[in-house]
Amino acid sequence: MSGPGRSSGTTRGEETLLRIAASPHVHSPHSTPRIMWTVNATLVPLVAAAVYWFGPSALLVIGASTAGAVVTERVFGQPGAVKDGSAIITGVLLGLILPAGFPMWMAFVGGAFGIGFGKLIFGGLGQNVFNPALLGRAFLQAAFPIAITTWPARQASWWALRGDNFALPLMSPNTVDLVTAATPLGAWKFEGTGTEVLDLLIGRTGGSLGETSGLLILVLGIFLAVKKYLDWRIPTSILLTVAVFSGLLFLIDGSRFPSPLFMLFAGGLMLGAVYMATDMVTSPVTPRGAWIYGIGIGLLVVLIRVWGGLPEGVMYAILLMNAMVPFINRATQPRVFGHERKREEATA
Amino acid sequence: MLSDLFRSDTFRHGVHPPERKSYTDSIKIRRMPFPDQIVLPMRQHAGRPAIPLVKPGERVERADKVGEADGFISVPIHTSAAGTVRDVTLWPHPDGSMAESVVIEVDRWSPQVPRPRIVAQWEGLEPDQVVKEVQKAGVVGLGGAAFPTHVKLLPPKDMPVHTLIVNGAECEPYLTTDHRTMVEFPERVQFGIRIMMKALGVEKAIIGVEKNKPDAIERLRDTLPDDLDVTVLPLTVKYPQGAEKMLIEVVTGSEVPSGKLPMNVGVVVQNVGSIACIAEIFDTGQPLIERVVTVTGPGIRRPSNLLIPVGTKLRDVLEFCDGLTDDASQIIFGGPMMGAATPDLDTPLIKGTTGVVVLTEAQARPPTVYPCIHCGRCLESCPVFLNPSLLGSLAQAGRYEEMEDSHLMDCMLCGSCSYVCPSHIPLSQMFALGKNMLRRVKSKESAA
Repeated sequence: MSGPGRSSGTTRGEETLLRIAASPHVHSPHSTPRIMWTVNATLVPLVAAAVYWFGPSALLVIGASTAGAVVTERVFGQPGAVKDGSAIITGVLLGLILPAGFPMWMAFVGGAFGIGFGKLIFGGLGQNVFNPALLGRAFLQAAFPIAITTWPARQASWWALRGDNFALPLMSPNTVDLVTAATPLGAWKFEGTGTEVLDLLIGRTGGSLGETSGLLILVLGIFLAVKKYLDWRIPTSILLTVAVFSGLLFLIDGSRFPSPLFMLFAGGLMLGAVYMATDMVTSPVTPRGAWIYGIGIGLLVVLIRVWGGLPEGVMYAILLMNAMVPFINRATQPRVFGHERKREEATA
Repeated sequence: MLSDLFRSDTFRHGVHPPERKSYTDSIKIRRMPFPDQIVLPMRQHAGRPAIPLVKPGERVERADKVGEADGFISVPIHTSAAGTVRDVTLWPHPDGSMAESVVIEVDRWSPQVPRPRIVAQWEGLEPDQVVKEVQKAGVVGLGGAAFPTHVKLLPPKDMPVHTLIVNGAECEPYLTTDHRTMVEFPERVQFGIRIMMKALGVEKAIIGVEKNKPDAIERLRDTLPDDLDVTVLPLTVKYPQGAEKMLIEVVTGSEVPSGKLPMNVGVVVQNVGSIACIAEIFDTGQPLIERVVTVTGPGIRRPSNLLIPVGTKLRDVLEFCDGLTDDASQIIFGGPMMGAATPDLDTPLIKGTTGVVVLTEAQARPPTVYPCIHCGRCLESCPVFLNPSLLGSLAQAGRYEEMEDSHLMDCMLCGSCSYVCPSHIPLSQMFALGKNMLRRVKSKESAA
C-alpha cells in the first residue's frame, strides 16, 4: 500500500511505531524535580553564609543532617526517590536550624527522623502532614534539650570548631569548655537586652546556622516567588501579620515589647516564612487558604515569643498550622465557574 | 453593572502553552486532490449517528446523501467524491474507537462536478426554513466538538437570544484553520454572520479573535457590513480562550450557569469556520463535504493548510504534505491540548477535524510521573475554578461520587491542569474517565 512508508519514519520494518497518549500532548517545562533542585540551589548561598559566620562547624552539622535524610530516603523510600531532590532540601534545612556546635551524630539522627517519621511513614513525597525538617528539629529538641540550646559565641579563629561536633554517637557533647552567647531572642527574653537591627539583617548574631542573615533569605525568597516555586502569599501574610501584631504591641508599650523590625529579623522567622512554611506539601493548595495559614503562623509566632516559655516559636507555629492544613483546604474550596457563591445561595 | 468595571479582554486563570502557529499561519490554503478512497463515518457529529443509505456496489455522485440524520440532534452525511460504495463497515474513528462507516472507491475519471443545488437560495427564506436547510446540508460546528449547527439556531421560546458570538479565538497551539479562513475569506465570514443573525433574529454580533492574529482582525474589520451591528473584539492570547464559557464571559461579562446553555445568558456561539461553512452552503448550494484543516508540527515535512474532501484518510493527507520526518512519533487529530492521538494511518479526517499535528519523539516521550506535591498550580490554571489536585486524589482512589460533589461535571477537559502539573499527573485523563464512570452509573440508575 502506498503511503508515507518506510522513508517517512512511521514504520520500522513491518512494525508501526506511533505513540498514543491521552491529551494534553504538551506539558509545561516545570517538573517536580526541577522545583526541588532549584530550591536546593538557592540553599547554597545560605549554607555559604552559615560557613562564613560559623566556620567549618556549619558544614559538619549541615552535612550530617543531610546525610541522615538522604540515607534514610535511599534505604526506606521509593527506589530513585533521592533523585527528586526533596530529601536533600529536608536535610539542609534541618542543618540550617541547628546550632553550630551540635554533635554530628545527633544531626544525622535528626535528619533520619525527619525523613523516616516525618515523611516516609505517611507514604513518601507529597503525603506528609508536617514539614519533615521541622519535625526532625522538634524531635531533637525533645531528645537533646541541652545540646540544641547551646549557642556558641564567636571564636577568635574562623577555623576553630564551635563546639563538640565530633562527640561520639550516643554521647552528650562536652560543653564545659565552651563559651556560649545568647541568641537575639534569648537575650531579649531572659536578659532584656536588644540587638542592632543591622546585625540582624546581615547575620552578625548568634543563633542557628541559617537563621542569621534575614536579608539574604528575603532576596532568595523573592527569587523563588518570581519563579513561582513558592507561594508568595504565605511569607507575605506571615511577615505582615508579625509586623502588624508586634507593631501594635510596641505601640502599646515600647519598653515591654520589642520593635516589629526586631521581631521580623530575629530568630528563625525569615527562614521559617520563606523556606519552611512554604513547603508545598504541607501548606494549603487554595490561594485563600494560603492567606489564612500565613496569618495563623504569624499570630502564633508572636504569641509564643512574647507570652510563651520559649524564646522562639516559629517551629511550633508552623507545625501547628501544618496540622490545620486539611481543614483550611476544605474550608476554602474555590467557587466553581457558573455556580453561585454559598452565601448568596443561602440568602436566595 | 458592577461587573462591567472589571471587564477585561480575557478570563481568569488559564495557561500559556507555546503557540507554535508560525509553521502555517502565513501559508495559503491549498486544495487537496481527490484521494483513491474516502471513508465516511456515520458519527461525525455530537448526537445520534446517521443511518447509512447506501449498499456496497452502489454508484454515488459527489454530494449525494449516503447517511440520513437520525432525529433532530443529528445530521445527514454526504459523499465528498463520486465513486462506488465498496463497503459499509466498522472503521477506525479519529476519537480512537471504531465507527460504522461508508467506504467509497473514488471514480478517478469522474469530473467531480458539483451537483444541482440541494440547499435553497438564502434570499427570502424564513428563519425556520434556514434552520432546515442548515440541517439538510449536514452542517456541524467545525471547531472540534461538531455539535449540529441547526440545533443552536433554534433557541427555546423562553430564552431570548440577543447576541451572536463568533468564535475566532483558535486558542489551541499549532492550529491555523480558523486564522487562514478569516484572512482569506473574510467576506464569507461576514455573509455567514448575516445569515445567522437573520436566522436567530438578533441585532448584534461580536467576533472574538486572539491578538496573535492581527492580520485576521484587520481583514475582518475591513469587511464589516455597514447595515449590521457587527464588531471585532481582540482577545488576550491565553488557553482556553476559545472555550465557549470563557469566550462568553469575556464578551458579555456573565458566567453561563453550571449545566446550562449559552442561551441562558442570551447568546449563541458559533465557530468562525462553521459560519464560513454556512455562507458557503447557501452560496454554492452544496452540503458540507469539504473543510479546511491544518497539517502541521515539527514531524511533518511540509506543514500546510489544506481544503480536503471530508473522509480523506490520514495516510493520503500526510503523503500530500511530503510525509513524516524521521523523528516523527505521534499524530494528533485536533490540537495538542485536547486532540486525540491516533495510531492508525487509515483513520479518516472528518467534519470535526480541525487539524493534524505531528509531534517528534522528543516531544511525545511520556514524562515521568511524580506524586502530587500540592503546589496548587492546577487550581491557579483551571478556567472553571475546580480543585484538580483534590479531584485527582479522589480519582486515584476511585471515589467517583465524591468527585461529583467536587463538581467534576463542570470540568470541560481542557487539559490546563495536566499541562501545568509539575508532577505530570494525567489529571484530565483521570477526569475524562471519572465523567464516563459517573455517566455510566447514572444511566444504570435511570434504567433500573
